[in-house]
Order: sequence, then structure tokens, then C-alpha cells
Amino acid sequence: MNTEAKYIVVGGGLAGLMAAIRIAEAGGKVDVFSLVPVKRSHSVCAQGGINAVLDVKGQADTIWEHFDDTVYGGDFLAHQPPVKSMVEEAPHIINMYDRMGVMFSRTPEGILDQRYFGGVKKRRTAFAGATTGQQLMYALDEQTRPHEVSGAVTKYEGWQFLGLVRDGNGRARGIAALDLKTGEVRTFRGDAVLLATGGFGMVYGRSTTSTICNGGAASAIYQQGALLANMEFIQIHPTAMPGEDKNRLMSESARGEGGRIWVPRKPGDTRDPRQIPEAERFYFLEERYPAYGNLVPRDIAAREISKVCVEEGLGIGGENVVYLDLTHMDADYLTRRLGGILEIYQKFAGADPRQVPMKIFPSVHYSMGGIWVDYNQMTSIPGCFAAGECDYQYHGANRLGANSLLSATYSGSVAGRTMREWVAGQSDRAADAAASFFESEQRRHEQINATLLAETGEETPTDLHRELGEWMTRHASVVRLNKGLDELIGHLDEMLERFRTRLGLTDKGRWLNQQLAYARDVGNMLQTARAVARAARNRDESRGSHYKPEFPERNDEKYLFTTKIAYDAAKDEPVLDYSEAIDVQHIAPRKRDYSVNKKA
Amino acid sequence: MSQNTVVFRIKRQENPAARPHWEEFAVPYREKLNVIVCLNEIRRHPVTRDGRKTTPVAWECACLEEVCGSCAMIINGKARPACSALIDELKQPITLEPMAKFPVVRDLVVDRSRMFDALKKVRAWVQLDGTWHLGPAPRWNERERFRAYDFSRCMTCGVCLEVCPQINARSSFVGAAAIGQVRLFNSHPLGGLQATERLDALMDKGGIAECGNAQNCVEACPKDISLVDAIGEVNRQMARHTLKKILAG
Ligand SMILES: Cc1cc2nc3c(=O)[nH]c(=O)nc-3n(C[C@H](O)[C@H](O)[C@H](O)COP(=O)(O)OP(=O)(O)OC[C@H]3O[C@@H](n4cnc5c(N)ncnc54)[C@H](O)[C@@H]3O)c2cc1C
Repeated sequence: MNTEAKYIVVGGGLAGLMAAIRIAEAGGKVDVFSLVPVKRSHSVCAQGGINAVLDVKGQADTIWEHFDDTVYGGDFLAHQPPVKSMVEEAPHIINMYDRMGVMFSRTPEGILDQRYFGGVKKRRTAFAGATTGQQLMYALDEQTRPHEVSGAVTKYEGWQFLGLVRDGNGRARGIAALDLKTGEVRTFRGDAVLLATGGFGMVYGRSTTSTICNGGAASAIYQQGALLANMEFIQIHPTAMPGEDKNRLMSESARGEGGRIWVPRKPGDTRDPRQIPEAERFYFLEERYPAYGNLVPRDIAAREISKVCVEEGLGIGGENVVYLDLTHMDADYLTRRLGGILEIYQKFAGADPRQVPMKIFPSVHYSMGGIWVDYNQMTSIPGCFAAGECDYQYHGANRLGANSLLSATYSGSVAGRTMREWVAGQSDRAADAAASFFESEQRRHEQINATLLAETGEETPTDLHRELGEWMTRHASVVRLNKGLDELIGHLDEMLERFRTRLGLTDKGRWLNQQLAYARDVGNMLQTARAVARAARNRDESRGSHYKPEFPERNDEKYLFTTKIAYDAAKDEPVLDYSEAIDVQHIAPRKRDYSVNKKA
Repeated sequence: MSQNTVVFRIKRQENPAARPHWEEFAVPYREKLNVIVCLNEIRRHPVTRDGRKTTPVAWECACLEEVCGSCAMIINGKARPACSALIDELKQPITLEPMAKFPVVRDLVVDRSRMFDALKKVRAWVQLDGTWHLGPAPRWNERERFRAYDFSRCMTCGVCLEVCPQINARSSFVGAAAIGQVRLFNSHPLGGLQATERLDALMDKGGIAECGNAQNCVEACPKDISLVDAIGEVNRQMARHTLKKILAG
């Protein structure tokens, strides 16, 4: 056991690269795997900003308040100790990014500027125009490059993670991955493996996320025995441009900077919005939630917008859209602060949001739930860690805006430390593990690929994926009814059966066979969806993003517990467990009410 | 051209060694389509316009909102991201080709690793002592910051290389994108501490001297990044740097 330890990081978004950099700067060797060149990871999509208490606005902001806002915003479902550590580290994370050269917007004094975000009464969000995620992603991409030059980091870009290699004791010893270009399955040895593979918006077909956010890697380790947690908590973002291929986000920062949401008071009013006088506009968030107004947390804003359109029939021109209005603000100011999103709106909708109100509607956006991890980011599989959007740790039942660039970075940096500590405590190395463990995992995946390639049925991965998205969006998004969820569960079982027996691939080759990789993702997405649906069905209460009109109240007695989800391989189904009580040692749970100011 | 279909001519190539050929597809028309939606439709039902079954077209995409840089290709003769290429604004038949300045992997997928290699060559990063708690970067003027921000929006899509007459299979010119990054890092209060190393890298073969000043890059950049200004500024830095080197003997 003189061999040097080797680390595997799957995922090159903020969480993955942060971990890789931490390991490399401590002298470790890391293999980084990513579907796409890491610089193109989904983190580039993040727009509005990243939270940390810098208190640069004379508002006496405190780290405790960031902590309380996050816990309260998450409706008390997050374990509190890791959240507390995260918000304490946040200012240092901003400083680190600042030194990396992130182009954070600045004040006249030359210090970092901060803006308002949802569910918060202090200016706590640092930002780089409206492309904050892209700027942070590039910083970590740049910082990884010298480690690549020095040989500490080796990148495998264009590879799809397929599964963990475990030894006879169930400990992770490495991974199997598919070289998307050549179609070859290979295994890699690693003393600790991190999954930092992001969210699974694609399970809903259309979302605000990138097309690569399908959660396939998390699903794969779930099917290998790793626990998932809180999968029923899906964040629906209130303000996206509905689109054929994707719902493009119009960041919460638009409201943080003063944007207002409204509909005409008269149903079906077809007048040009600029001709509608103030008195005839219904600023429903401001009227219903006077304390937070347009900046209520996302679960509330999304529900209200849906309600105004679907139940009250007030959507613009009778359609499911409402106005997000910036036109009362100075055009130059808007360009400086929000240029990135204004450009997206203009390119894709053909209208200038500085001149006309934007038309928006809620969209699936983020997954609070994910792979279960302990406070060291280790999954239930020894030696396998998870960080970033794919873990379940920091946001409880609802994430506050601008807290996930923070949690991705923070959890990645924690994993970068705990993985090394874990490896230091082991008496042998992955290099010593028997070759048979690797060979059998490799054979398993070669077999799956061969079977998929041989399929000649009439179902295409594309059609199955579309159908999945429609069903999930209908039954497991803003409003959840047990009857609908029952139907969904039955339908998903049926779809899985069709996937297994009636799939057909038209591309039979090995070389860059995107259809094969996609088919594997669709199979994994179906299993993720089943976990979401089952977890949603079982939780008979309303908490954060999980809203059941049949059970409109939060029920702490019964549900102040993590939903832990195991995959029963023999029965091929999710099994739920509620034995893990939420650690509320710092802040006693209290009722969430955003119509009045929150008291810390 | 019928109103209810969108016709595509797509340059296909099975692998790097295969010979390219063209295939035509017709996709049902709806309002507000973009090239990616149509490529998805072709993936769903890979049958050519004349009814022949074929393989799905390979292409890259991720964010679908022009921040990831994945989906650049040549659309009706112009290199640009496919996600923001709206069908209602394109003349039909719509031709899709892979970018020609990069090796083709398959169909519309090309290998842009030379761009990432260039970022290594020009040392496009701030050299940190470490990621631990070392406080913030120095204060910085917001006007300067806003100008520099322009360059940090570069998504390494490859369009500026595609349109550059100086880039070809034999040249090692790093291209406008990498020079933009030198401009970016040299202006940053901390990044500037390594400015001379980046300038030295750009003095080598493949460096800034190989720019032919065609200025196609700035015209083509989908993010309207002021690449020609960057090249101008770096050229001036280079002149001062060279002079200093000579004086220092
Ligand atoms: C439009 C939009 C705007 C947002 N704005 C904000 C914001 O302003 N503030 C904020 O805090 N949060 C924001 N978020 C959320 C935030 O962007 C994400 O939660 C965060 O970036 C996730 O980072 P990550 O590192 O966990 O994952 P990602 O950045 O998604 O990276 C995942 C990585 O895993 C790789 N990967 C995935 N599957 C596999 C596989 N099978 N094999 C190999 N590699 C794989 C991918 O290639 C990628 O490198 C936004 C999200 C969206 C959709």
C-alpha cells in the first residue's frame, strides 16, 4: 500500500471542480469526468448571484440571519448544522472567487455590490451582472487548468458515468464510464469517488436547466444501493419564458432589482400592457404578501402565479402567462445589472424588456432532494461522496435564490477535505482491490449497451422522454393530488415496462452514438421519476415546494423527517423510510408566513 | 417551399475518416422553432426527405440560451450558436454544417480542444497561492470591471476561430478568444501580476503576431465581445513589454 491515493470526481460543475481543486492543491491526484467540456457544465446557466453576508449596505446583516432565512425558507426540513457551517463559510467563498478574478459587480468605492433576492430582507447577493454562474464556473475552470498542466488533474471530458465499482464489502473502489466518442466502456480505480453531477430537471422534459441535467448518474448509484432523500421537493421557479425546447429563466434578480409581477385586473384584457393604467393592474404578490411582495420565496410565487392563471382565469389574454415588468426602470441601469437575461429575452422572444413587460410562467428549475449524504458529504456507500445539486443537504423543502451556487461550492470544498480524510483512514488502496470487481462492472455495462443496441421495438427514447416530462409536469409539480400521483405511479411502471420491452434504437454504431447514451439516461430518468412520485405520494402535508391542497398545512409531528429512499432491487421499486428526524438543534421550527416580516 | 414544413440540408460525416455527404430532412413547421428543436425532431424520427431511414444526426448542445458555447455550427453559411437560430428568421432550405476549422468527430460535432489548449498556453488564470482564507482581492474601479466583464463572457464556442483567415489545420495561431482572455487577466488587479508571462506566451509561435487584422472575429462573435479592441490592447502591451525587455538587455 505504498501506492499514491487516487481520487475520482464525476462532474465538472462548481461542486466537482471545487472538490478537485481542493484535492489537487493538497497534493492529491484527481481524475475528473464530465459529459461535456467542464467549462460548458450547467452551472454556467446561473444568472442572479450568490449569497453571503458581507454587510456592505449598512443594514446590519448577520450570518445568523442568513442561517435563519435559509432554514425558514426551506420550511425547516434541512438539518441545521451543515447549513450553519455553509453560511459561516460563505463570505470566505466570495473572497476566494474575488481573488480568482470573478467579475463581480462593484460599488463606487470599488467593493463588491450586493442585491436583494427572494425571501430575504437584506442585500446579501453578490453578482456579476446577470451571468454570475458563468463567471463562477469560468473561475473554477481556469483554476483547474494549472493543476491539469502540472499533472495533478486529468480530465475525461465527453465521458458518461455508468456505475460504481464496489468490492465484496460494498465499498466504492472506482467507476465504470462510457467514452461517448468511441463507445468504449472502461473502469477507473479511485480511493474515493465523488458524484457532483447536478440536478435532474430533464425528468420534467422542459425545465430551466441544461439538456445534460438528467440525474442519470445519481439514479445509477441509487439503483446500486445508494440512498436518495427528499426527492419530492422540486423547485418550480416562478419566472421563466415558456419555450418549445426549454423554459428560459428570467432570474429572480429581475425582481431583486425592482421588477414587478402583474396581470390586468380584467380577465382576457388584450390591450397593450403599456396602455393599461396602474389602477387596472393587479400586482397580486404585492397585494397578497405586503411584507415581501415580489420577493416572496419561489414556492409561494410559483403557486400564486399558477393560481392567478389557472384558478382565477387572469392570465394575460386568457393564457398561462403573467407580466414581469421592468419598464419603469432606467434602461442603462438595467443593461448594467441584468444585461445577460435581457439579451436572452430579446433574442428568444424578439422583444426588448426595457420597453415592454416580459411574459413569464413558472417552470421546473431545481431539485432540493437528491443523493442522501452525511455531514461529511459521504453517501450511504462507503467511499462514495456526493456534492452540489445532486445531494439533498442544504435547502430543505425550498431553496432560497442564490443559495445554490453557494451550496455547490461549499459542499464541493467540504468533499475535497473529507474525501482525503476518509482515504487517509483506510488500510488499503483501490490499486490493491481485485481486478474481478472491475471486470464484472465493466461486463455489466457492456451487456446493457449491447442489449440496448439490439433493440428494434417501436418506442424511441425521445418519445418516452417527452411522455415522461408531460406526466411529471402534470402530476408532480406545483399542485399535487394523491389521485394524480397514484395515476402517475402506475403510468411510470408501465412506461418502464415499455422501455424494457419495446424500445428501438435507429443508430446501431459505437462511434459517438448519442442515442445509446440518451437511451441509458431515459432508463435512469424513469427510475428517478418513480422515486419522486412515490415520495410525493407518501408525504401527506404541505411544506415548501411540496403542496397538497388536500393537506394544506405543514405537519411537523408526522413529517419533520427526511424522506429516505432505497431501491429494492428484488422488487424493482423504491422503499421509503422516515426514521431520520431533522436536526433542529439551533432554530426551533415555527410557522412560515411571508405576508408579515419574519422575526429571527 | 411549403409553409408547413421546414427543410434542412445537413452535412453528414459518420466519423473523422469517413467522407462527408449531404442529407435532406423535412420537419413539421410550428411557430417559434429553433434549429435545436428541429434537430431533436430529426433525432426522434431519422428519416430523410425522400423517405429513407438513416441514423440520427449528431450535434452538441447543453444550455440552449447562449451561455455554454456547445452548439456552434455553420447555419446557412454562417457560424453561430444553433439554439438562438430561429427558424422564422432563416431562409430555407436551411443548411447545417460542422465548423470547418476544427476536426469533425461526427456530423455537426467537432473537436474544439485546440481552444482549451490555447487557454493553457496563454496562462488564462489568476495565479493563486491557494483557495483558503486569504481575504478579498484588491478594490477595483467599476468602470474597468465592466469593460473587463465583456471578455469574461467568452464561452469558447469557436466562432471567432472559424471565421479567422489565419486559422487552419497547419497554423498554430491561438486565435482571438485566447487573446481576449489575456486582455481580461492582464487588466485584473491580481491577474495583472502575471501579465508578462502571458505576453511572453503570446510572443511565441502561434502568438499575437499571427493575427492578420481581418477583424472577422468581432463581426461574428455571438456575444458581441470587443475582440479587436482586445487584440489592439494586447498588441500595445506587447510593444511596451518588448521595449522593456530590450532596454533591460
Ligand atoms: C437557469 C438557471 C439559473 C440559476 N441561477 C442561479 C443563481 O443565480 N444562483 C444560484 O445560487 N443558483 C442558481 N441556479 C442553480 C445552480 O445553477 C445549480 O444548482 C448549480 O450550478 C449546480 O452546480 P453543480 O456543480 O452541482 O452541477 P452542474 O453545474 O450541473 O454540473 C454537473 C456536472 O456533472 C456532469 N455530469 C452529469 N451527469 C454525468 C454523467 N452521467 N457522467 C459524467 N458526468 C456527468 C456534467 O457534465 C457537469 O460537469 C440556477 C439554475 C438554473 C437552471
